[in-house]
Amino acid sequence: MEFYRSQVLVCTGTGCTSSGSKDIIAEFEARIKENGLENEVKVVHTGCFGLCETGPVVIVYPEGAFYSHIKVTDVARIVSEHLLKGRIVRDLLYTHSVDEDDRIRSLDDVSFYKKQKRIALRNCGVINPEAIDEYIAFDGYKALEKCLFEYTGDEGRDAIIDTIIKSGLRGRGGGGFPTGLKWKFAKAPKSDIKYVCCNADEGDPGAFMDRSVLEGDPHAVLEAMAIAGYCIGAQQGYIYVRAEYPIAVHRLRIAINQAREYGLLGNNIFGTDFSFDIDLRLGSGAFVCGEETALLASIEGGRGEPRPRPPFPAVKGLFGKPTLLNNVETYANICQIILNGADWFASMGTEKSKGTKVFALGGKIVNTGLVEIPMGTTLREVIFDIGGGIPNGRKFKAAQTGGPSGGCIPASHLDTPIDYDNLTAIGSMMGSGGMIVMDEDNCMVNIAKFFLEFTVDESCGKCPPCRIGTRRMLEILEKITSGNGEPEDLDKLEKLATNIKASALCGLGQTAPNPVLSTLRYFRDEYEAHIYEHRCPAGVCKALLNYHIDPEKCKGCSLCARNCPVGAITGEIKKPYVIDNAKCIKCGACIEKCKFGAIERK
Amino acid sequence: MANENKTRSELFKELDKVIEQWKDEPGGLLPIMQGAQDIIGCVDEEVQQYISNATGVPVSTIYGIATFYSLFTLEANGKYTIGMCLGTACYVRGSQLVFEELMKQLDVEAGKTTPDGLFTLTATRCIGCCGLAPAMMINDDVYGRLVPSDVKGILDKYRQMN
Repeated sequence: MEFYRSQVLVCTGTGCTSSGSKDIIAEFEARIKENGLENEVKVVHTGCFGLCETGPVVIVYPEGAFYSHIKVTDVARIVSEHLLKGRIVRDLLYTHSVDEDDRIRSLDDVSFYKKQKRIALRNCGVINPEAIDEYIAFDGYKALEKCLFEYTGDEGRDAIIDTIIKSGLRGRGGGGFPTGLKWKFAKAPKSDIKYVCCNADEGDPGAFMDRSVLEGDPHAVLEAMAIAGYCIGAQQGYIYVRAEYPIAVHRLRIAINQAREYGLLGNNIFGTDFSFDIDLRLGSGAFVCGEETALLASIEGGRGEPRPRPPFPAVKGLFGKPTLLNNVETYANICQIILNGADWFASMGTEKSKGTKVFALGGKIVNTGLVEIPMGTTLREVIFDIGGGIPNGRKFKAAQTGGPSGGCIPASHLDTPIDYDNLTAIGSMMGSGGMIVMDEDNCMVNIAKFFLEFTVDESCGKCPPCRIGTRRMLEILEKITSGNGEPEDLDKLEKLATNIKASALCGLGQTAPNPVLSTLRYFRDEYEAHIYEHRCPAGVCKALLNYHIDPEKCKGCSLCARNCPVGAITGEIKKPYVIDNAKCIKCGACIEKCKFGAIERK
Repeated sequence: MANENKTRSELFKELDKVIEQWKDEPGGLLPIMQGAQDIIGCVDEEVQQYISNATGVPVSTIYGIATFYSLFTLEANGKYTIGMCLGTACYVRGSQLVFEELMKQLDVEAGKTTPDGLFTLTATRCIGCCGLAPAMMINDDVYGRLVPSDVKGILDKYRQMN
């Protein structure tokens, strides 16, 4: 094995790749060679570091220097200064990684990472996901070995499942069903053929936790699936992954092939009589396929429509055989529980929600990215301490969790400790882990409409409550946002929502009304402003806005008047212009043209 | 598209390899159709009929699948497919305004192709670049932190290449 005095870690997650990390790697390799350092410095491609906002990210060890927003043109300086002369290029460092005394902080002390606890993401950004040896060096496949040799026979398998039950791990895809129990139910039926499946059809808009695990640490999922196969008596596994995640698919393919070469997948794993293999199936862009019965129907090669349960997949699943289906992040926790024990895992979190949860922070937040926090951390800590708060001095309005199935949490609940039951109690849900932050410029009626548009679009059409009911709800919301809302609309919305929740076939339909219900619960005043005052308080809903020229800022250049397609703006040169709101068609052409920011929407 | 210069029968020959690989696999129909979408660029009536003849699956079933999943298109896309992310993170940072600007500049609705066959405009769900919100993809290239006034310049870049 070669030794290097310095390692350059470059993030190759989707976010950083999109902002050019591939070119940065090529430039590093070229410059390192040019300086004759190729035997001393190694460039490592890693998964996501989490702090996507600062991408592309480069970390140089052993110093742990965290370079952010790196451009190809910066590479030459890092090589000639840092790698050649040992002088860290301070002006390229992530600002918060340098303390008041100008010393470089360890990454664990940077506020973004300080309150995090990385279990599912423990290898993301640390190892090269395309090198199985690096995974093995970090205890990889040790949990599988432990299971196969220390937990033999039927009793051994039960003992593993008991460990998972005792750990308190619950499904990370959103449902929160106890994972160990699911395994127990899948082990119970006698059948020659069983399947272990992995749900990597991460469809919630604004959520990318599973993608980062697959891109950063694919073997952790493969190993856990093999353990699951051993426990329930399955020989074949399938990972159902979105085709929209090309990097994740590519790395999974590499990982599966490497594991097969090493005898860690395939026949007679570790020389035992246990055989297990994994294949990929690509999702084709249907949100409903995240629902378990729909996902299995899609692997079977047809339309991914859900079916009523029971029978549950544990009894009758893929191709009619008993099937265990877990989410990516759930699997990513399994090996650590086996290695460290149920008590270790259960020591983290709240009474009914153990361990950690990964969230994808997005929207109006300074540190967009991926965070993993112990259950029980408050929303305030996540958004303000880790996430760095709201940019541009704006005020926090709501945090949306649970995607189209979840709800909006207002500022009054910022101190709620995050766990499955608390989030449900305040009208949202844990969901798969998207957390979108909204500020005062976001209209909550418009956001509810946005999610309804999503569900209407993604409803598979099988059951009428979802197919017809969500469309009717959307129509009412469109009516309200276009200024035609009537007082009885709110009651109608609530009634429809209750009925859809009670009667829809699958999780998609049953939870589709949640964004409307939660915004009605916490932001009813915004709905009322739209209906009674024909006003959008956040200034978003176009039909309800009036354009206005600020006479203080207007220089009287006449540019707006010349660009107005309907001649609604009048005035004299060098004096403030005026918009006639009766003529104005609210196209926004004037705002775009004004060089002085004098025109506002209210 | 890499395959734009090949004839249909050449493309069908490539598809034959995919069909051969998946024909006898359980649940192999979707991978075959994904292959067809990749190779031919759409799953139109002729392609549906071709897959049906090769696999014995009724055209009605294949049509049902093609219209269920958003990945499949019934007609070929333009040379450049623009996917504007309308995921939540991009939406709250104003992607709808950028999308409207795209519709205005291209003079097409969502899901349609420009008359010159150059651009197909689509709205996509989260592409996972929430750190770059609002973001869009043009074929495989990602453009991030967009404002409506960026749109014209980006489109012109592609127009000039042709």
